[in-house]
Amino acid sequence: MDFISILSIFVMACFVGYYVVWSVTPALHTPLMAVTNAISSVIIVGALIAAAAAGSASSKWLGLLAVVLASVNIFGGFAVTARMLAMYKKKDRPAPKPEGQ
Amino acid sequence: MEGAMEHAATPAWALLAYLVSGVLFILALRGLSSPSTSQRGNRFGMIGMAIAVVTTLVTHVPSRQYYAHIPPDGSPFFGPDFAGIAEILAAIALGGAIGLVTARRIKMTDMPQLVAAFHSLVGMAAVLVGWAAYLNPTAFGIAGADGVIEAQSRIEMGLGIAIGAITFSGSVIAFLKLAGKMSGAPIMLPGRHVINLGTLAAIIGLTGYFTMDQSLWVIAVVTALSFLIGFLLIIPIGGADMPVVVSMLNSYSGWAAAAMGFTLHNTAMIITGALVGSSGVILSYIMCKAMNRSFISVIAGGFGAVADAGGEAKEQRPWKRGSAEDAAFLLGEAEQVIIIPGYGMAVAQAQHVLREMGDQLKARGVRVKYAIHPVAGRMPGHMNVLLAEAQVPYDDVFELEDINGEFAQTDVAFIIGANDVVNPAAKTDKSSPIYGMPVFDVEKAKSIMFIKRSMGGVGYAGVDNDVFYMDQTMMLLADAKKMVEDINKALAH
Repeated sequence: MDFISILSIFVMACFVGYYVVWSVTPALHTPLMAVTNAISSVIIVGALIAAAAAGSASSKWLGLLAVVLASVNIFGGFAVTARMLAMYKKKDRPAPKPEGQ
Repeated sequence: MEGAMEHAATPAWALLAYLVSGVLFILALRGLSSPSTSQRGNRFGMIGMAIAVVTTLVTHVPSRQYYAHIPPDGSPFFGPDFAGIAEILAAIALGGAIGLVTARRIKMTDMPQLVAAFHSLVGMAAVLVGWAAYLNPTAFGIAGADGVIEAQSRIEMGLGIAIGAITFSGSVIAFLKLAGKMSGAPIMLPGRHVINLGTLAAIIGLTGYFTMDQSLWVIAVVTALSFLIGFLLIIPIGGADMPVVVSMLNSYSGWAAAAMGFTLHNTAMIITGALVGSSGVILSYIMCKAMNRSFISVIAGGFGAVADAGGEAKEQRPWKRGSAEDAAFLLGEAEQVIIIPGYGMAVAQAQHVLREMGDQLKARGVRVKYAIHPVAGRMPGHMNVLLAEAQVPYDDVFELEDINGEFAQTDVAFIIGANDVVNPAAKTDKSSPIYGMPVFDVEKAKSIMFIKRSMGGVGYAGVDNDVFYMDQTMMLLADAKKMVEDINKALAH
């Protein structure tokens, strides 16, 4: 891909991001940060390429370390987002009877 | 030039797969427009990530094109200078285990520091990938056989490393401040604006110079200065401005990923970087607007540092102290109660007892609503998560502009752990540091209950609050959790 095509994708994605993020309800801003954190770890793609490519031992180890860091973020980010989102409940849940009364 | 730019033939299906994962990431954020679609959105995100990772593993590991380099006695699956699938899966498993355990154990009140810590990891990963690309440019298809890196790739690489390093050190400081391992008070270095601007100029200048000279020292100095500037940028920013800082670092982590995406010509990384970058920018904007402060003034730092510099003796004004029983009586008689939580509720871990109080009141036929200011807490949406954790239904929770008209028809405004967001000085006193900040009109409510540890401390902005001294205000001086527990006991009688 040439630079202009890549730049076009980037600029379009910025606009998509702008409109999509404005539509996120403020109640979910914390999960938004957690999930953006997880997806920005797609940088793991670069880490995998660095680790797997032959030619430089230091590049391999830097890549592997980056794979570890990005994996912490991917698994941790998606898991903590899922944990948070599972807590958001609508009204009209079957009202739990206060125990011990 | 075109020849060198061409990647070691990434197959078309792989390019499509990266595009698909980029689209799935867009859908992941789109799902967050409502709690009911959010979980599905999160799963889209996971699938997108899985597609990106598997595609890369299939196209690059084990690197078939390098088999020729493997010495006959070496294992075909990995070598001293490249990792095989086993090593890579081990690295993913190690990181994944750490991430999952952390995600499971973290307390919801500690979310802001967790997010800051995660940001720092993205930043560090960007730095490492940038360095790996510098050390082994042919593997990334950004250099010819002679090892000379494309000028354009050098700029992208330099920017990616610089933004990554700033994200890393800035997030580490934000983490330490949020976790209370470092004072939240702003640390002001003399002449810091000159130092900061000088460092930034040096980073930009050296990145430019890097296009002419790809020596190791250039990129090493860029990395070191970027770590330094990230640190310098965050230390002067006070605790109350942390929501902006966390959002800003969120944005940086996105731009770092995007810069790396340019280097690697990877669609998934570019789309994600743009999404995350704009997300952080929008959140920073929302936070700044909710504090009526400009982004520049937040970055310049120092907010909340001055402890009443004038030193004028505060006039002693009369105020009323109430007991838990008084509060319970008034709350029980009310038709509508609006609860305004703030950071103090998170510190006291009072969200669960607060929800019990709400349930007791609802059982008596009282309408209970929760009102959340955009900057309540230490990160955007912090209070919403805590209330959700305490199983407060999200349709009982309202944003500032949606509920502010209701205080006139409200019997009790119940303020727990908030202060500046209910301070009428923001509307009336032009000299106040929080002037212009949108606040709740609590003074219109028939009565106001204000839970506070003592009369001594004032909000982060360091300003007195007229609400304390109003006729209809009852000060409930105690630890927030203890006070609400006592109110619950009194209500149960």
